[in-house]
Amino acid sequence: MSSTDVVLKLDHITMRFGGVVAVSDFEMEIKEGELVGLIGPNGAGKTTIFNMVTGVYTPTEGRIYFYGEDITGRKPYQITAMGIARTFQNIRLFKDLSVMDNVLAASHFRLNSNIFAAAFGFPSYIRQDDEMKEEALRLLDSVGLVEYMNFVAGGLPYGQQRRLEIARALATHPRLLLLDEPAAGMNPHETEELMGFIQGIRKKFNVTILLIEHDMKVVMGICERIRVMDHGIAIAEGEPKDIQNNPRVIEAYLGKEDEEDA
Amino acid sequence: MNRKTRFLLNVLLVAGLFFLLYLAKHYLNSYMVRIITLGGVYVVLAVSYNLVNGITGQFSLGPNAFMAVGAYTASLLTLSVASKQQMFFIEPLIWPFNSVQIHFFPATLLGGVAGGLTAYLVGIPSFRLRGDYLAIVTLGFGEIVRVIANNVIFLTNGALGLKDIPNYTNIYWAWGWAVFTFFFVRKLTDSSYGRAFKAIREDEIAAEAMGINPFKHKMLSFVISGFFAGVGGALLAHLITTISPVLFSFFITFNLLIIIVLGGLGSSTGAAIAAVLFAVISELLRAIESPMNLGFIHIPGIPGMRMVVFAILLVVFMIFWPRGIMGRKELTWDLFFNRKRGGVS
Repeated sequence: MSSTDVVLKLDHITMRFGGVVAVSDFEMEIKEGELVGLIGPNGAGKTTIFNMVTGVYTPTEGRIYFYGEDITGRKPYQITAMGIARTFQNIRLFKDLSVMDNVLAASHFRLNSNIFAAAFGFPSYIRQDDEMKEEALRLLDSVGLVEYMNFVAGGLPYGQQRRLEIARALATHPRLLLLDEPAAGMNPHETEELMGFIQGIRKKFNVTILLIEHDMKVVMGICERIRVMDHGIAIAEGEPKDIQNNPRVIEAYLGKEDEEDA
Repeated sequence: MNRKTRFLLNVLLVAGLFFLLYLAKHYLNSYMVRIITLGGVYVVLAVSYNLVNGITGQFSLGPNAFMAVGAYTASLLTLSVASKQQMFFIEPLIWPFNSVQIHFFPATLLGGVAGGLTAYLVGIPSFRLRGDYLAIVTLGFGEIVRVIANNVIFLTNGALGLKDIPNYTNIYWAWGWAVFTFFFVRKLTDSSYGRAFKAIREDEIAAEAMGINPFKHKMLSFVISGFFAGVGGALLAHLITTISPVLFSFFITFNLLIIIVLGGLGSSTGAAIAAVLFAVISELLRAIESPMNLGFIHIPGIPGMRMVVFAILLVVFMIFWPRGIMGRKELTWDLFFNRKRGGVS
């Protein structure tokens, strides 16, 4: 297999916050087109891994490669421009902006006009602005939010806000999409819908997905490969059915039997 | 509504405004004309201040510093060589200001450029950090500029200040700049850059994760705001014709803060409306600063009473109308002709 098939490579990354080791010597490879799940109990270091990949944190040790290119220590906006987009565990929409503007803001970094061309409305800017708006409309249409385009994002129902956050991430034209607990706070019906939605965008946008999730139904239902971590280290990896029966995973989630007495 | 109709409507609006200004200039007394002119200068200052504080969401307390820089730069350029020689009797003015005199318009432009450059220098260290450092840095910087102006006598004439600045700022210059500032900021806010500014205001971490470079965009907003603050300072100097370091104390920033909060943080229309109201109301309130005889009781004139009233007004607004006159909404043509579309800014 050539190295270009590997979308993301985490090469022995470690993250320490003072004395706390959030992630320790973590290794992982994601190949093009995969839908990988990253699970683990609270505080296992899953979101820390996301924050390292997206440049919010720089790993204390180890390197991160995206399509073979070392992206360790780059700024979040640079990493987004290279093709990694994310959503957040606690939804972080631009709450007071319209649904449309949320999506448009995510395509701003591709704009090729300077600020004066934009303020004075030069034809070159107007053309790009129109293209951005058309594209945003298509995107909103494909995620089923086009009817809400002029609504204030903070006023949408919870499930739609999640959807919008994913749509906003897609507007950056990602090759790798990181979803941080997309089903958090959803009812079973919304979760069901979300699973279909994630599989749909994966096909439609041809994007590799790494997903953190607590809801086992989601993880087992859509992920092809699952990585389990606990206390900053990887403890298991495999297909959903293997993970379900893995004793170390069960131990991480439920504790050892004899520990209950201690 | 397409761009062409909107443009035509805007042209009509501006033409209508200038017709009203023409009428005002010819039929109102010079005192009222002066208030209207001052209103125009306030519009320039408030709309540009709102770009940073309301639209980009960065809490700056620095427009007084940028105004001072703009006012001094422009005044030193428009004053005649002879009067500068006469004025700077403690220490002579340095080159090139001692030997040039240029027209008002390029002088205001250069005042703006000086304001923008100053904003750039203040912005570089402040925006490296996230959070409220900008407020602290700009507040301190305002004081620094005042102290420098008091002591760099060969450039500012120290505490004596500059006097006999030609009274070039008439109603048309003030409102010409007001209209330009307003439309520039409005167009910018509605553009892709404006969306990036607002995204940073709403959630800087999310904005950065969506590919927006926060440092670059905060700097852009801050420098543009600094430019217009410099222009506003230049206009103010050529309206009141005498400037000294005391004039550019934090007091001016405080007034501008009242204006943009009352107008609605984040709304350029609100800032413009509140700026005009502020100019008019603060003149009307002069009455309460003069001695009053209510028949049974005699109140001596208390200078500064106006500010008490404004402070109370601000408190009342914050309780009953916390989002200001306009909130974050803008007046748009769509709002008039096509009421279906919600005015989301």
